[in-house]
Amino acid sequence: MFENTTNNSLIIFGITFIVLIIANIFVMFKSNKELKDRIKSWWIILGTLFFFLFSNNTLLTIFFAFISYLSLKEYFSHLDIRISDRRIVFWAYISILFQYYFIHIEWYSMFLIFIPVYSFLFLSFRQILIGETKGFIKNTAAIHWGLMLFVFAFSHLAYLATFNEIYFTNDGNFLNIVGIELILYLILVTQGNDVMQYISGKTFGKHKILPKVSPNKTVEGFIGGMIGTIGLAILLSFLTPFTIIESIFAGLIISIGGFVGDVVISAIKRDIGIKDFGNLLPGHGGINDRIDSLIYTAPLFFHYINYLYKLA
Amino acid sequence: MLKKIFFNLIVKPILLLIMGMNIKNKEKLPTKGPAIIIANHNSHLDTLSIMSLFENKLLKKVRPVGAYDYFFANKYISWVSKNLLGVIPLDRKIKGKDPLGNIFKSLENEDIVIIFPEGTRGNPEEIKEFKTGIYHIAKKYPEVPVIPIYMKGMGKALPRNEALLVPFIVYVNIGDEIYFKENIQKKEYMENLKKIFKNLAEN
Repeated sequence: MFENTTNNSLIIFGITFIVLIIANIFVMFKSNKELKDRIKSWWIILGTLFFFLFSNNTLLTIFFAFISYLSLKEYFSHLDIRISDRRIVFWAYISILFQYYFIHIEWYSMFLIFIPVYSFLFLSFRQILIGETKGFIKNTAAIHWGLMLFVFAFSHLAYLATFNEIYFTNDGNFLNIVGIELILYLILVTQGNDVMQYISGKTFGKHKILPKVSPNKTVEGFIGGMIGTIGLAILLSFLTPFTIIESIFAGLIISIGGFVGDVVISAIKRDIGIKDFGNLLPGHGGINDRIDSLIYTAPLFFHYINYLYKLA
Repeated sequence: MLKKIFFNLIVKPILLLIMGMNIKNKEKLPTKGPAIIIANHNSHLDTLSIMSLFENKLLKKVRPVGAYDYFFANKYISWVSKNLLGVIPLDRKIKGKDPLGNIFKSLENEDIVIIFPEGTRGNPEEIKEFKTGIYHIAKKYPEVPVIPIYMKGMGKALPRNEALLVPFIVYVNIGDEIYFKENIQKKEYMENLKKIFKNLAEN
């Protein structure tokens, strides 16, 4: 049990929970119910996350697979799915098992192509076997796109856990790369970016950035968030092998990616006509309302670090 | 006992972990019998979902009404209906006796009775015309509350004539108790129910 703990991750664990306790004390004196629910949900989210991060890679992969499942189900439940599509939806769920199994056995190329190639080709084939051609394009596309977002993109987070290596630099030094520290780094910087965009938007916000999709988002919020996120990316870079320059880039990627993920999920919600994806996490909404920015930052960060250090 | 094990080890884990339930107004559920629950019907999951909303203590008292010719068709189905679900048989072809007799007996026994006034599972996500049996029951027991429950998504997850369960989040919305008003006519009563379900579906 808890074979994955490292000194750095324990430090982060400690800091996170101190922040959470302070936030909890702070909201005890407030009467805002949504804020209270939000903090309560954070306890559950962070408690579960750290439990699985520290346990071992098998349990961690199962945990991420389950999150993928919940989030795909939230998406499908809001789509106007025809009864004849039930079987395709079923296969979409099954592909989660394959995708995370490939992560578990670290079959990198299969992890990369399974959903973009095999699921992509298979779903339309299964669709024509059913024979319903009305709405064929729309339905096949909507179902496969869901797989790309909530399974393929999100599963990069789980693959990061396998990046455990000692990396030798050109000048003879070595860097210790730890998978769960990379995951913590990505999650903290992504969530930090959300918070800082929100705060700087509230403080300096004037010019709307995407009024049709997210009326509350402003140019000032985006820029302010980006500056703060770069700072956070440098501050937490002890979790990564990054140099200062590399951390600045990581912060930049996460800040832009997080923003785009957030507004893309918002656009989905606007299209369906809902405010939140669900109420699984009181104060936040559904799973997808929480992981929206991670869906974009996970693959971007993954391929950035893999490009720099050739880990997969 | 078997019913409790069945619900806690099989039904609830499937409904909560694999499917996911979104329940509105849970506090409006009856906390004691006798009571009548009426709900729209699209799937076998309807019965299981409603029953799983109740605490273990009450589970024994919660009994769905089901067609005798379907739920007691052979000895295996009968065993499940009797021991795991506690189905109240409704014999549609009975002669000489009141077909609702078993329901009356159950209500006098202070059970919580689940009735699907549509009579049968219709097409997914569609509400058919209600049958009038509920009017006769409510008229005979005006002091027993009728609780309407609207459900959505079950027909997609497990429609009629399908054996493959495909997970979707299901929605349950529980309405206010309805009491039988004296001198209300059948037509008016049924219209009122229809209106209540339309309201529950929209909120």
